Amino acid sequence: MVNWTGKDLLGLEDLSKEEIELILERADSFKEISLRPIKKVPTLRGKTVVLFFFEPSTRTRTSFELAAKRLSADTVSISANTSSMVKGETLKDTVKNIEAMKVDIIVMRHSASGAPHLLAKTVEASVINAGDGCHEHPTQALLDMFTIKEKKGKISGLKISIIGDIAHSRVARSNIWGLTKLGAEVTVCGPPTLIPQGIEKFPVKVTYDIKEAIKDADVLNILRIQLERQKSNLFPSLREYALNFGIDLEKLKFAKPDVLIMHPGPINRGVEISPEVADGPYSVILEQVTNGIAVRMAVLYLVSQKSK
Amino acid sequence: MAFREKARILDEEGMRRVLLRITHEILEKNKTISDLAVIGIRTRGAYLAERIIGLIEEIDKFKVPLGILDINLYRDDLTLLSAQPIIHKTEIDFDITDKKIILVDDVLFTGRTIRCALDALIDFGRPKLIQLAVLIDRGHRELPIRADYVGKNVPTSLKENINVKLKEVDGIDEVVIEERING
Repeated sequence: MVNWTGKDLLGLEDLSKEEIELILERADSFKEISLRPIKKVPTLRGKTVVLFFFEPSTRTRTSFELAAKRLSADTVSISANTSSMVKGETLKDTVKNIEAMKVDIIVMRHSASGAPHLLAKTVEASVINAGDGCHEHPTQALLDMFTIKEKKGKISGLKISIIGDIAHSRVARSNIWGLTKLGAEVTVCGPPTLIPQGIEKFPVKVTYDIKEAIKDADVLNILRIQLERQKSNLFPSLREYALNFGIDLEKLKFAKPDVLIMHPGPINRGVEISPEVADGPYSVILEQVTNGIAVRMAVLYLVSQKSK
Repeated sequence: MAFREKARILDEEGMRRVLLRITHEILEKNKTISDLAVIGIRTRGAYLAERIIGLIEEIDKFKVPLGILDINLYRDDLTLLSAQPIIHKTEIDFDITDKKIILVDDVLFTGRTIRCALDALIDFGRPKLIQLAVLIDRGHRELPIRADYVGKNVPTSLKENINVKLKEVDGIDEVVIEERING
């Protein structure tokens, strides 16, 4: 049994297989707490968690906040546009000031890749990456893996296809690192303009043929098409994307009968996923959200156990 | 820290008799068992709880519900512990409100584990009452807590350790007193 030694959780690329398994195991123990009539345990009583979000978020921020509260930690939410950063304060200064208020854990989302890593070096508090640019979103990948493990009983040996905007997706990157470390076979699929250059450095198969990605896959993890990307002419129209790569009942005919449909949200109905599929029997999209709280409780708990 | 076996205080037969007596005491004290539930504290308390439920079923032909409690999240020494405790699932899949709860653990020592368990149980509902059953009471309480059912009272010194072994986890049923050596 490994112990958690890290101060922070910045990404899955830096974690070992054993550390990832430790988080998933702990999350399994924490899941039951959210089903109790009194959804709270006193474990992090007296700890302060700051939620520092520089990008919009409902799911991740709410999920982290509920996870912290269900462990009895105190939480403070800061968003960039209502903070002193609009007066020109630098990120480092803002965070140094917050740390001077004696906080224990900083959960941070930032549009710049590497921002949480910079902070982790600057502050003594634990830093949890809640999404940095196009780099990593470790807790999302962990909750995806937790959900897969819960539904399929294992991760090792499964065929998992990640479909959509791989180039701009931190969810894809974290999933690739985590899943392959645990022994899954990962395929990425999307139009060539949305597959990043340098993909060959990742331990994945690449296909531009959606049927190929669907066929034989145990799990389809469908990514959101970031509507703002369309302006940069990466694909001709949303309609064309939906036609070629959107997962609908027609394309699902190629899938295994026990395929799992996942999506990190927010979903664009009728673009990357049709409403029939999103709400259909294979979909575990809302269970992913439920599991997110358990996974984040485990992460908050483990980083607070650092250096033991 | 090394320990040397000093005395064997229960063997398999002894443990069986002790659990049977505790079960009879539980039945005698509680009269009706339709509202009874047995909740064991992980790890060994859970197996003892399971055995008590089996004995109740043998005697009264009625199976009372089993719950398993992991108290690590309620510990008052989480920040002081040198090792990271392994947290397991709590499994109580029935409503404990208005139930008579028999809480089971292997060894009653400082009473802090039981304090955690009581806090945890109250978070699940409002039981009619909670009674405590332990296999061994070794003394040295640090909190005002006592057991309703005791398998064996074993006066110990703080240098000693009580090692409860159960077939389900250790392959053997026995309780031994061990003495700390070299320090």
